[in-house]
Amino acid sequence: MTLINIVEIVVSVLLIALAFLAINSKTLIKSVMFLSSLSMLAVIGFVIMRAPDVAVTEAVIGSGLVTSLFVFTLLAVRKAGKKI
Amino acid sequence: MKNFLALLLTLFLGYMIMSWLATNEFFPAMGDVDVTTRVSQKYIERDVNGNSEEVVFGEATNLESGPANTVTAIVADYRSFDTLGEVTVLFVSSLGVALLLGGTKQRRLELNFHPNFMLRVGSRALFGIILMTGIYISIHGHLTPGGGFPGGTMIASSMLLLYLADDEFRAKVKGFKILESTTGSAYVIIGLLGLLLGGYFLENLLVNGVLGDLFSAGMIPIIYILIGLKVGSEISGVIDNFLTEEGV
Repeated sequence: MTLINIVEIVVSVLLIALAFLAINSKTLIKSVMFLSSLSMLAVIGFVIMRAPDVAVTEAVIGSGLVTSLFVFTLLAVRKAGKKI
Repeated sequence: MKNFLALLLTLFLGYMIMSWLATNEFFPAMGDVDVTTRVSQKYIERDVNGNSEEVVFGEATNLESGPANTVTAIVADYRSFDTLGEVTVLFVSSLGVALLLGGTKQRRLELNFHPNFMLRVGSRALFGIILMTGIYISIHGHLTPGGGFPGGTMIASSMLLLYLADDEFRAKVKGFKILESTTGSAYVIIGLLGLLLGGYFLENLLVNGVLGDLFSAGMIPIIYILIGLKVGSEISGVIDNFLTEEGV
């Protein structure tokens, strides 16, 4: 078993664990953080599978733009309602 | 009990997918495929029209399609019409956001947080680096991974960082709108020029040059820079719509 196989297995197990945590978190901001780290690990997966174009797009959109938009939305919603 | 049932169902579905894929002859393991029988080999060798010429990085000239990055060769040259449709989809979605959230009298959304000194200085320092990386990725789209769409999104993320750094900041939305419509029209005009002069919509009119040079691949870098500017200004407009509200 080479190093790349071990990295593949670690990344896949962490992906499933983070997806579970993102669904089951109690607070929304934690869900967003788990979703962001899931995107970051998906980038590693794409690089291992030799798809650098998809990896660049996923890194920018999945873990950058979407996360910050979610965080901004949560900040804006918290103003009107009570604690989320 | 409910969670347990859900776990059982997920495991069952996962087992079904894995066992089906493991015995499927149309889904071989990674690295086992004989790529010479696949259609992708035609794109890699630039052999779609049958004029086989050896592809050597840094030497080959006058190939069927110029970009060194094969994904760009497919996205912006062989299938450029699809990319025009993709750009149109993004334009329609930003139009929908502007219709729902836009208005004449707008001000910044009041967030329940104010940036401190570190965030303000750090964001200003990072803004230039992210903007430069986005422009670099857009310009080198025909050589390295990336291209117009990720580059444009990176430009928009740098604008988002400025919004984060300063609670009074608002982008010049009017300039973004002018840039967006100009670049979008330029893409269509380039396509129509190809139709008039070359006989096909989005025909590559310029010489391809040496494979792997910065100034190579004819129209492809121009088209990708236009797409990068268009996507960047479009998503910046969407972000501005999200972070403003109607008011005095």
